[in-house]
This record gives sequence, structure tokens and C-alpha cells, in this order.
Amino acid sequence: MPEAGTVTKVFARPRSLTDKHFTYCPGCDHGLLTRIIAGAIDKLGVQERTVIIAPVGCAVFAYEWFRCDGIQAAHGRAVAVATGLKRANPHLIVISYQGDGDLAAIGTAETVHAANRGEAVTVIFVNNQIYGMTGGQMAPTTLAGQRATSCPEGRDVRTMGYPLPVAEMIATLAAPAYVTRQSLHDPRHVAQATKAVEKALRYQVEGVGYSLVEVLATCPTGWKMPPAVAHQHVADVATGTFPLGDLVDRG
Amino acid sequence: MERAVVCAGFGGQGVLLAGKILARAGMEIGLEVTWLPSYGPEMRGGTANCTVVLSDEPIGSPIVESPDVVMAMNGPSLDRFGPRVVGGGAVIVNRSLIDRGVGRADVREISVPANELARELGEPRVANMIALGAVVGALGIVPLDAVKEAMVAEVGAKARPGLVAVNREALDRGYALAEPMGA
Amino acid sequence: MADRQLMTGNEAMAEGAIRAGCRAYFGYPITPQNEILEYMAVHLPKVGGAFLQAESEVAAINMCYGAAAAGVRTMTSSSSPGVSLKMEGISYLAGADLPCVILNVARGGPGLGNIAPAQGDYFQATKGGGHGDYRLIVLAPSTAQEAAELAGLAFDLSDQYRVPALILADGMLGQMMEPVALPAQRDPASLPPKPWALTGAKGREPNYIASFALDPTVLRDLNLRRQARYREIEAREVRWEETATEDAEVLLVAYGTMGRIAKTVVRRGRDEGVKVGLLRPITLWPFPYAPLRALAERVRAVLTVELSAGQMWEDVRLAVEGRCPTPFYGEMGGVVPTPSEILREVKRHA
Repeated sequence: MPEAGTVTKVFARPRSLTDKHFTYCPGCDHGLLTRIIAGAIDKLGVQERTVIIAPVGCAVFAYEWFRCDGIQAAHGRAVAVATGLKRANPHLIVISYQGDGDLAAIGTAETVHAANRGEAVTVIFVNNQIYGMTGGQMAPTTLAGQRATSCPEGRDVRTMGYPLPVAEMIATLAAPAYVTRQSLHDPRHVAQATKAVEKALRYQVEGVGYSLVEVLATCPTGWKMPPAVAHQHVADVATGTFPLGDLVDRG
Repeated sequence: MERAVVCAGFGGQGVLLAGKILARAGMEIGLEVTWLPSYGPEMRGGTANCTVVLSDEPIGSPIVESPDVVMAMNGPSLDRFGPRVVGGGAVIVNRSLIDRGVGRADVREISVPANELARELGEPRVANMIALGAVVGALGIVPLDAVKEAMVAEVGAKARPGLVAVNREALDRGYALAEPMGA
Repeated sequence: MADRQLMTGNEAMAEGAIRAGCRAYFGYPITPQNEILEYMAVHLPKVGGAFLQAESEVAAINMCYGAAAAGVRTMTSSSSPGVSLKMEGISYLAGADLPCVILNVARGGPGLGNIAPAQGDYFQATKGGGHGDYRLIVLAPSTAQEAAELAGLAFDLSDQYRVPALILADGMLGQMMEPVALPAQRDPASLPPKPWALTGAKGREPNYIASFALDPTVLRDLNLRRQARYREIEAREVRWEETATEDAEVLLVAYGTMGRIAKTVVRRGRDEGVKVGLLRPITLWPFPYAPLRALAERVRAVLTVELSAGQMWEDVRLAVEGRCPTPFYGEMGGVVPTPSEILREVKRHA
């Protein structure tokens, strides 16, 4: 056994996280991503001027996980709220945390226009291809053929459309500083996603501009898969529809 | 004392501006005023009109059923507002574009060839100021000088050099065609 | 007199807001209120304020939600169809106890309607057009001067009670020009502090703003506290104007544009020996129930005149509670009754 004096702390809870317990299901990636964001806030030293915007969806309580000011937005409008906060007080570091139904269905107009204006905010887009909180309905990002409670036979692209390539769409715009798609399905990708979140936040701190970090995440409950199988599904299937990597980097 | 004026014509004839100048002049001599435009599609090239109320008391309704003076810059305006002028009131008829009269014995008709006079002044766009000069004369409660000052305030900043002077002359020409109504 | 400026009602509200310390505005074009958006585009940046033309009314009201949460005096403006789109956001503002000022320069409806003046949005403004148990402070100016003053009052009341305030105007007031003696310029730094605002959790615990509480007892208690504030507003903030009510036999009740037209009716009626008076509500919520009830004790009839099918009329009848007849006269679709039409109606009940 090492002596007490030689113990080195190699892992700690980020200071920017509160002690509140997450309300997420076991195996869900939201908790991991929350921790990554809190770590990035710590690393950049901006906890005292950050505002977290929680969406409607599983992350509706997100504003309570962070030891930062927080606000809960109407469904789909998080980035409009972010715009108002940032324009009213440009000193704030504003993080809009949104799921796929919120950002890519009901909030598509707000998403596109905030990106097109290059609002100096950070958008974290959790793409888990399903409506988790309401019980597993089809999302705009649900994969072709994927079953959900509102498409029990699987998503038929002929009548229900195709999974929406959000990062690619936003990457066509002139204003965004950083657009990337990341995944959390294994430690290597977690490390990459961590770097991407840090970069997106750093770009806001440095005034470079708008960032969108799309993160492929699991929903073991909605997908009806054990967590490990769900992560394997991201690696083997989801990344086929949603390729990983940076699409825009004007930093 | 409360008086109401309707300025009416085609969109582009400057009737809203004429009314605005009158309202500003009224305000500057200490009267209460309202300027109520017809707004919307009419502003984009159709017919346009505005109602100006001048009063020495707070003004209730900015909508006027029977104006004291009507400035009719085209035929449809005369047809619409001529019958509504209060008995003893006045109608300024733009003789350049209207070949008929108001057809009432109880109102004073002031015939003003506004477009011809404007062309004589070398500036066709000041027809509205000629008609406004006649309105001011017929109305008799706002001094012409106050109207000229209000005109400068309304168009001065944007106007090219010379236009203000032409506008002044246009107001004089119109005013000369109408003498103040009796008390 | 020398300090008066000739302004439209729209411009008066915009300038009144800036002078009251408004430093964030988000809007979307719709007639007949475009002059507010345009005025803010020119003048708000000059005082260091944030102006943005949003992608929709929905986005605009949610931008307001964010800016209001940042502690800045925030405003949006629209006209009837656009205000309908804002209703979800207004419910969220109310549920999150955020101050904000909303201008509705109302037009004919329902649906796309037209752009003429109307008062068919009274229910939406005063009874809760969005979901949930909430109230808005609703102010109804009838002149450009009053529009400029009420814009300032709307911010003060909204901040004081943390209740969104709505100014219910109409196309006529928005478009017409009148002399306005503008209120004094106020420095936003001199306004009361907002310790609840999201300014960054520096040297304090984090502030959270939400309209959300899953636990029914918690949400009930939040609602009870909000309702208590509403009772306080009802007790303290009722505003109205009376004209020739002392010996009135027929009492007109009208607000906004109809309120000023009714003043002409009163003057002409009195000239003809008709004992007609006017109660003009300035706050539509809280509604002047008590003064109206007192007058109803001693008049022959209370005649409500509106540019609607009879919306405020319901509040008038709640106030009068059968003390006297409560006839109604109204026009819809942007038609505005003339003073003589209304006077004819007054005489029927004299």
C-alpha cells in the first residue's frame, strides 16, 4: 500500500457540477456529456459567467446539474433564448443544450437562423435518434428502418422522411466558426468529444463565434438495448448515417 | 375652436406630406393636432388620404365625418370627400386633373390648377404645396409663415438645394388663390 | 409646448420604451406596427441597446425571454396574428416570473384579418391567450402622449411585480401622429437591481430561471405566490379616467382609440343637452371594476363601445352586476364607428 503522502488525485468531480443526482436512465450518455461540459467550463475558468440553457426533453433539468446560472427554455427555442441572453449581456458564456426533437424538429428555424447569424454561443446537440422523455417516439434523426413507438414498423423514409443531417446542414452556412459531429461510444471517442466541446467553448470565450457540437448519444431505454449493445449500435450503425468528424473549423 | 382638413389624392401626389406639414405647423403655434393617415396598400400607389384636426383643446376623435376643408387632388377624392364637407366649408379642387366642380351651393369651391402652376415653377412635384397653400388660406387659423417653417422641418433635411425655395413659392401661389374664411 | 414632437403612436411607444431604459428589443415585421421595429433599429443601438430582427415572432419572444432573464429591460412588438404566435413564449415569461413588455398594435381578425384598427384581442390580452393560470398587466393608451408614458409605466410595473406587461394599442393609434412631450431619459444603471437575474454565478449561488416544477405541490405553491402578487396588483394598480361622470345618466365605457372617440361623443352629447359621461379604463387588467360599479349605482345605463363583438363588455357586466342595463355597441373587421353613430346609440338609452 502506498503511504498517504504519495496519493495523487487523478480524477475529481468537476467544480462546475452541482451535487444533484442526474435523473437520466442508466447507460444514457446525457450524464457523461454533462460531465464533459462541466469539465470544459472548469478548464476555461468561466464557471462564474456561464449560463446553461436547458431544453424541453430528457435534459429539461440540465440547468440544475451545473454550478452556473441556468434557465429552462420552451421546446425548440433554446438557441433563441441563448441569442437574447448573449445579445443582452455579451460578457456571458452561453451554452444551449438541446436534443434532437428540440433542435432539429420543432426548433429547426431557430437553429438555422442562430447559426446563420453566427450568434456567439455554443450549441450542444444531443442526437440520440429518439424522443426519450415522452416515451420513445420517432425523432427527426431516427434512422431509416429504426422502430419507435410512433413508427412501430420502422421509419419508412418514403413517408416519414430521412434522418436529418443537422451538422452537414449547418456546415453549409457561412457564419459558424465550428461545426463537428462526435460520439461517446468508446473511450477514444469520449476523449475526442471532450476536446471538441472544449474547443467550441473556447471559441466562444475568444469571440470566434458560433459552434455546434453534434454528439451521437445512446438511449438504451428508448432503443430497448442494454447500454453496451447501445454503444456498439452507435459504432456500427448510427455512424453510418451520421459520419463523425469536424465539418467546419474557422478558428 | 376645432377644425378638420382632409387631404386626398393618388398615392405619390404628396397628400400625406401636405397634411403632416399642416399638423406640424398647428403644433408649432401651440394647437393640439392629430394627423391620421389612410395606411396600408393605399400607401403603395393607390389612393391616399389623411385627416388633420387642429384644436385649442385636447382632441377626441381623430376621425372626422364632416371636414371643414377638403383638398382634392384628383377626381375620386372629390367624389368621395366633396359631399362630406361641412356646410360653409371649402373644397380645394385640383383643376389640372379634375374637370368638374363639387356641385354644392353651400360650400366654397376654390379652383387650383396645381399641376400647371407647379410646372410653371419648374418643379412638377410641388403641386401638393400649391394646394396646401390654398388650404391654409381657406382655413384661416394657421399663419402661412408657420406652414413654411413646418415645411422646412419636414422636407428640409432631405431636400436638394433649391427645392425648399420652390416649395415656399408654391405655398405662396396657392395661398393667393384662397382668402381666409369668414370668422 | 416647445418640447413637443410630432410622432406616431408607434414611434411614441418605441421612444417611451427607450427613455424608460429598454435596452433589448426583438421583433418581426407585421403591419401596422413596423414603425416600432424600424425605430428601434435606428435608435436602440445609439444608446448601446441590443436590436435584432428575429426569424419569427416565436423566436423574438423567446429572445426576449433570454434578454429579460439577463436582467435587461426588454421589449417586443407585433400585431394581432404575430401576438398569437408569441403566446407560448408569453406563458413561459409569466411562468418564469420574468418582466418583459409586449406591444400589440392590434388589427382586424381573426386569422389574417386585415390591417385596420380593431379591439378583438381583448380576451387574448386580459384573460390569458397562452396556457396556464397567469395574468398580464394590460395597459391601453388612447393618445400618442399616453402611449409614450404607458410604455414607461409598463416597464416599471413589470419589473416591480415580475409580471409581463402588454400594451394593447391598435392600428389607428399606431399610425396617427400627435404632439408628444416625451418623458425624461432614464439611466438603466439607476433602476432597481435584479438579484435574480442571470449575470453569472460570481460570488453567489447560481440563479435558476424556469417555469417548470414536476412536483404538484411545488408548482401549486409557485402559482399561489404568483396569484398573491396578482391580488396585490389588483389592489394597487387600477387606472382609469372619468369624463363628465358627475351627473351622467348614460355612462359610456370605452378604451384606447374608442375611448378618445367617446370623448368627442361626450362633448357633442353635452352640447345637445344629453347627460352622457365616460369611464375609460387605462388598465384593462386590472380592470376598474370598483369605480365602474360605483357609477353603475347612479346611471340609467352603461353603454360599452368597442371595436369588437363585445369582449370588454363581459368585464363591464361583471362590474355592473345587474345594477342597470348594460347595452353594447360595436363594430368589427376594422370598421370604426363615428361619433354621431355612437351618440345616436347613447340617445336611445338616455
